[in-house]
Amino acid sequence: MYTTDMTGKKTAQPVAEDPARVAAFEARVANDEFIEPKDWMPEAYRRTLIRQISQHAHSEIVGMLPEGNWITRAPNLRRKAILLAKVQDEGGHGLYLYAAAETLGVSRDEMTEALLSGKAKYSTIFNYPTLTWADIGAIGWLVDGAAIMNQVPLQRTSYGPYARAMVRICKEESFHQRQGYEIMMHLAQGTPEQKRMAQDALDRWWQPSLMMFGPPDDKSPNTEQSMRWRIKRETNDELRQKFVDITVPQAEAIGLKAPDPALKWNEARGHYDFGEVDWDEFWAVVKGDGPVAKERMQARRKAWDDGAWVREAARVHAVKRAAAKLAAE
Amino acid sequence: MADAPPPLAACALRLGDDALILGQRLSEWCGHAPAIEIDLSLANVALDQIGQAAHFLGLAGEIEGKGRDADKLAFHRDVMDFANCLLVEQPNGDFAQTVARQFLFSHYQELLYAALAESKDARFAAIAAKALKEVKYHATLASDWVVRLGDGAEESRARMIAGLDWMWRFADELFAADEIDAALGLDKAALRSAWDARIDAVLADATLERPAAHRPVLGGRTGRHSEHLGHLLSEMQFLQRAYPGAAW
Repeated sequence: MYTTDMTGKKTAQPVAEDPARVAAFEARVANDEFIEPKDWMPEAYRRTLIRQISQHAHSEIVGMLPEGNWITRAPNLRRKAILLAKVQDEGGHGLYLYAAAETLGVSRDEMTEALLSGKAKYSTIFNYPTLTWADIGAIGWLVDGAAIMNQVPLQRTSYGPYARAMVRICKEESFHQRQGYEIMMHLAQGTPEQKRMAQDALDRWWQPSLMMFGPPDDKSPNTEQSMRWRIKRETNDELRQKFVDITVPQAEAIGLKAPDPALKWNEARGHYDFGEVDWDEFWAVVKGDGPVAKERMQARRKAWDDGAWVREAARVHAVKRAAAKLAAE
Repeated sequence: MADAPPPLAACALRLGDDALILGQRLSEWCGHAPAIEIDLSLANVALDQIGQAAHFLGLAGEIEGKGRDADKLAFHRDVMDFANCLLVEQPNGDFAQTVARQFLFSHYQELLYAALAESKDARFAAIAAKALKEVKYHATLASDWVVRLGDGAEESRARMIAGLDWMWRFADELFAADEIDAALGLDKAALRSAWDARIDAVLADATLERPAAHRPVLGGRTGRHSEHLGHLLSEMQFLQRAYPGAAW
């Protein structure tokens, strides 16, 4: 998921690049060839990719927090193991996405610092709290569902390492999505309290999930260039519509209702019509004013700061052992 | 305990509770570890322990024969009916304290499972044999960190010493044998010398001293726990307690 450009700024134009090289590059991309780390690429392409991939990686890592919030309270051993494995998968995704970004000449530490300083963004969705167990179902079903929709096209994105990471990630995400829906299904068929919990979670996560596809197309300045570069393959509004069309019947099938009075099947369009997303809320959350944005950043900063001595120990130890080995030879 | 379980069920409970409580503790780290790689490896260990807990608690319920399954045992008992050792319920503390707990426990668990894998009771032997590979990895992982932190930087060394010092008083309990273990033909005391040798070898590599002897703190096996366990259970059991009878 988490691949929408949320900076709202126009990408810097390439500076004095050989037009022939640019043209050759553009032709390769248009031809759906993969660009590899050692290949020449326009500086703006490289920068855009670093921003997009690192933002995606940060989202995976920050995304561990809302779900991690329920691991110790999972309702039975099976659910506990599934959730733990799921959150672990997110960490793994973060790891290979950071590795993919590193091939573009930026280090993981630099990217982490950018996240912690607030310079780098992550998906707005993780700035909302997980209040009940049903939120774990809703996140799997809706958030991972939206993520898959964003990511499936990226398996064919133009940058090789990113595309290959996406192939792996998509497989796991679709598994997560089914697990989340299964949690919701159980709750929706459970006691009245459980059903209430499920509906309440859907009510709270519906709008934030729609926001995951990013601003409307007419407010998404980078879309055109990103589409040309095959960094993006469908527009925000196209993906959002697809998500609504797939998710609404899934909710109905388990007796839940998406919280939108304007939601209605439009026979002529062959799509659901749905109400306007609260974009003021979206932009506020992008700017760092999400309900639990401070908590999320505090947790990441604490993990990073508290872990500094561990990372330092590993470094010092490796140096010591290497020196000892050298001395012994 | 109102009704003492049959000795073999009690054996399975001890094994299951050790794994469950340690798995629960380790899962508290998820998303908060010092590096992503560490996060992933702690989650691996937690997952293994929770899987082992499900097997052993399932077996305990089966032997007991009162219709309690692994979840019923995990989520519907109070402190005095838990039979885990005190070591595994100790708080995570900093990463060094977590490593110290894992180090002392995993070497014990590996030796224990190796012995159990030879048990005449095929049910215990099957679970232990399958889990043995997992806990071997846990022991290696923990030992590597003891060495890295002990023979690392000044701060990590001080923290590793403090972590070991915190956990050391609970080590003797691991090897305290009684008639319940005897029901399974287990001689835990016999594992001690092998454990001592392993611990000492790793400490030597880490350039660390064995912590000073401490009067053993005992009681976990008979439900006499530390204050920490009640808080762990109230968090872990919250949903099952708040919504009795609901299926998840």
